Amino acid sequence: MFVYYFQLGMRSLRHNPVLTALMVIAIGVGVAASMTAYSVFRIVSGNPIPEKASQLYAVQIDNYGPQHNEKGEPPDEMDYTDALALQRTHKAIRETSLYPVLLSVIPSNPDLRPIRSDTYAMSADAFQMFDIPFLYGRGWSASDDQNRTPVVVIGRALNERLFHGANSVGQEINLNGYEYRITGVIDRWDPQPRFFDPISVGPFGDPIQLFIPMSRAIDQQLITAGHTDCPVENYGGGWDALLHSDCVWLLHWVELPSAADARAYRQYLQDYASEQRRAGRFEWPPNIRLRNVTQWLDYEHVVPPETSLSLYISLGFLLICLVNTVGLLLAKFLRRAPEIGVRRALGASRRTIYAQFLLEGAAIGLAGGVLGLVLTGLGVWSISLIFDAQIARLATVDLKLMALTLCVAVLAAVLAALYPTWRAAKVQPAWQLKIN
Amino acid sequence: MLQITPVLAALKRHKVGTLLIGLQIALTLAIVCNALFIIHQRVTHLARPSGVAEENLLTVRNEWTNARAADLGALIHTDMETLRQLPGVQDVAVSYGYPLRGGGWESNLSIKPEDPSQAIAGARFFGDEHVLPVLGARLITGRNFRADEVRMLDSNNLSSPSVVIITKALAKRLYPDGSALGKPVYVGSSATPSTIIGIIGDMAGFSAGTWTDTTYDYVLLEPTVLIDRANAYLIRTLPGQLDTLTKVAPNALFKINRLRIIPDAENGGVRTFAEVRAHAYKDDRGLALMMGAICLVLLMITAAGIVGLTSFWVAQRRKQIGVRRALGATRNDILSYFLTENLLICMGGLMVGTVLAVGLSQWLVMRFEMERVSPLYVLLGAVVLLLLGQAATLAPALRASRVPPVEATRSV
Repeated sequence: MFVYYFQLGMRSLRHNPVLTALMVIAIGVGVAASMTAYSVFRIVSGNPIPEKASQLYAVQIDNYGPQHNEKGEPPDEMDYTDALALQRTHKAIRETSLYPVLLSVIPSNPDLRPIRSDTYAMSADAFQMFDIPFLYGRGWSASDDQNRTPVVVIGRALNERLFHGANSVGQEINLNGYEYRITGVIDRWDPQPRFFDPISVGPFGDPIQLFIPMSRAIDQQLITAGHTDCPVENYGGGWDALLHSDCVWLLHWVELPSAADARAYRQYLQDYASEQRRAGRFEWPPNIRLRNVTQWLDYEHVVPPETSLSLYISLGFLLICLVNTVGLLLAKFLRRAPEIGVRRALGASRRTIYAQFLLEGAAIGLAGGVLGLVLTGLGVWSISLIFDAQIARLATVDLKLMALTLCVAVLAAVLAALYPTWRAAKVQPAWQLKIN
Repeated sequence: MLQITPVLAALKRHKVGTLLIGLQIALTLAIVCNALFIIHQRVTHLARPSGVAEENLLTVRNEWTNARAADLGALIHTDMETLRQLPGVQDVAVSYGYPLRGGGWESNLSIKPEDPSQAIAGARFFGDEHVLPVLGARLITGRNFRADEVRMLDSNNLSSPSVVIITKALAKRLYPDGSALGKPVYVGSSATPSTIIGIIGDMAGFSAGTWTDTTYDYVLLEPTVLIDRANAYLIRTLPGQLDTLTKVAPNALFKINRLRIIPDAENGGVRTFAEVRAHAYKDDRGLALMMGAICLVLLMITAAGIVGLTSFWVAQRRKQIGVRRALGATRNDILSYFLTENLLICMGGLMVGTVLAVGLSQWLVMRFEMERVSPLYVLLGAVVLLLLGQAATLAPALRASRVPPVEATRSV
């Protein structure tokens, strides 16, 4: 029976090629538009660290005060005084401050040019906190942090480039004129969005290839490659003045496995801010924030408005294509009222009419889906025309997206076919035969 | 000759088809007029002047990898001299920050010391005395920096400059009575004022900004070269030399000293100003392009839907049309019947669509901080859809008008 309906459906599709083509195009275009927009949206709105999104927290402490802060919100980043105080107390299970620095690998071969890779300065804890996977070796130790040791962890891509992928643990590389010993090579690690620092270089950068101890970076007076924000700009002259100033340029992350830990840490921050007030550093009541990854990404507006706007517009577009398809299917099915009447008179039940016409709808959906796949491919390819290269590089057509495209197309077509099919099944056999 | 009553009577018998076309027109209007409005806003944003003579300008971002602070002045000097010697180069400047670079230094500015109520955020460009002529910025009044005024500082020792040049827009904001030249401005939280020695025309800040901001050309130039930051060499080339220098300039720099980083173009390495501008406005242009494409396809799909359903109605009513023709209706009567029918459906759809359009716009205002759609665009969208509806109906209606009266006697 299925085969017969399918043949009937195919014949009817061929019977009215223009109408059929219109429907296929409408569904294909509608599905492709929404899938293209979705391919970007799923990346920018993705959860970069699902297992720990609720256990990692970004810390904010208001060192600006009500006169300088942003509508009562503490600054996004932290000054060195507070970051260092938190690190020293180390109340969380693991914690790290971090900031991006500009470092270049200087090849020993004088004919080669230096290599720039995105670099972060952070603490030893960060590797475990952020679930950073290692290919060779491991992160540096807490004592390296204390001793400001020139150690470095490099990324897989940089290891390929410098050592052709060999185990380079124990080797030395020259960063900005100083030798650093490699303690580990990390495997592919590219959380999107870059949750731990969406502020400095934007949330969708290339994978980080160099990590050095923050204590070492401070020692070397490496200024941040990201933002520095100051409530009072002339904080004095020189590096030490910057370190003692209220300028914010560091992020501080803590790992708090349970809700009780988070409560306790919040209390600790509250107490810390009160103490700063008593000491005369803050002239305002404690104003702190502890946001987990999800809340943090939301607060930082990581999803670009262009992305969600285009997703909603394309969904509206798909809706219009569906309304269009409903109309065309209605025209197509009702044209065949005489045929339906004859079949009903010859004993076909309503169920079979339903089966036949819904299957026909599904066939149109499938054809539309195939067209949609091609157009989605084209759409994803042209994303680089619209969005930043950083985002465009992440938008890809994978099996999941292909399957979703086909499913949405078929589902949409069957949905669109529901009402026309209901009308077709209502055709009265006797009446149709009579007017014939 | 409109035949509204019979049309309405007939439409009552085709409720669903009518509703579907009406709904589609309503939804299309809602999306198209909002999309057109967004396109208009983005295109307006795109067209904002950069204040730069954009042709024949090359930017090269340069950063030293392990130079000592004490040597940086000499290194920069050598680089500039080398670049000036290259054939095809007219002039060279060094600057931290230039219009539309993407990211830069912003400071509060005021005409009284430490008066937060007055604070105006201004983009700060740090550069030498060549920056103005190389950018091709027009000095309206006052003078350019002198070479002896240019300081080399690291950003942790930044004292306020003795002299500054500001844009006309900023001058007007600081001194609305138009007397800014020679007056003081307090940069950042500095207690010592800087003197405004020159006023230039429009100049874009370091980013294209959002299309709503009004502050984008609040720009302040100061005679300072920041030596701890990645500076840019701005190269004004002779006509026709831009492409050659795009390759020659970085190579020449590497040849004198390899211990530097010139990033790839995507990260602001070697870019012509046309590329700088294109990159800065990429989101705006992309969104406008996408909205344009969506509008076009949407209108085509809507037209196709109308053609499809009207054709069906015509086929369904061949017999009735034949009867009307046999009873004396002219071809024109039949044609205008279907056109009127479409007109009525369209108008119904457009009424609902106007409500939807305003609703959608309201939602966009709340969700994306956009402006409310201007009624002009709803009107424009409505006119476009009415014409489209009539055009789409024309072919099936013509076919209907050619139904012969004899059809009345035939069975279906």
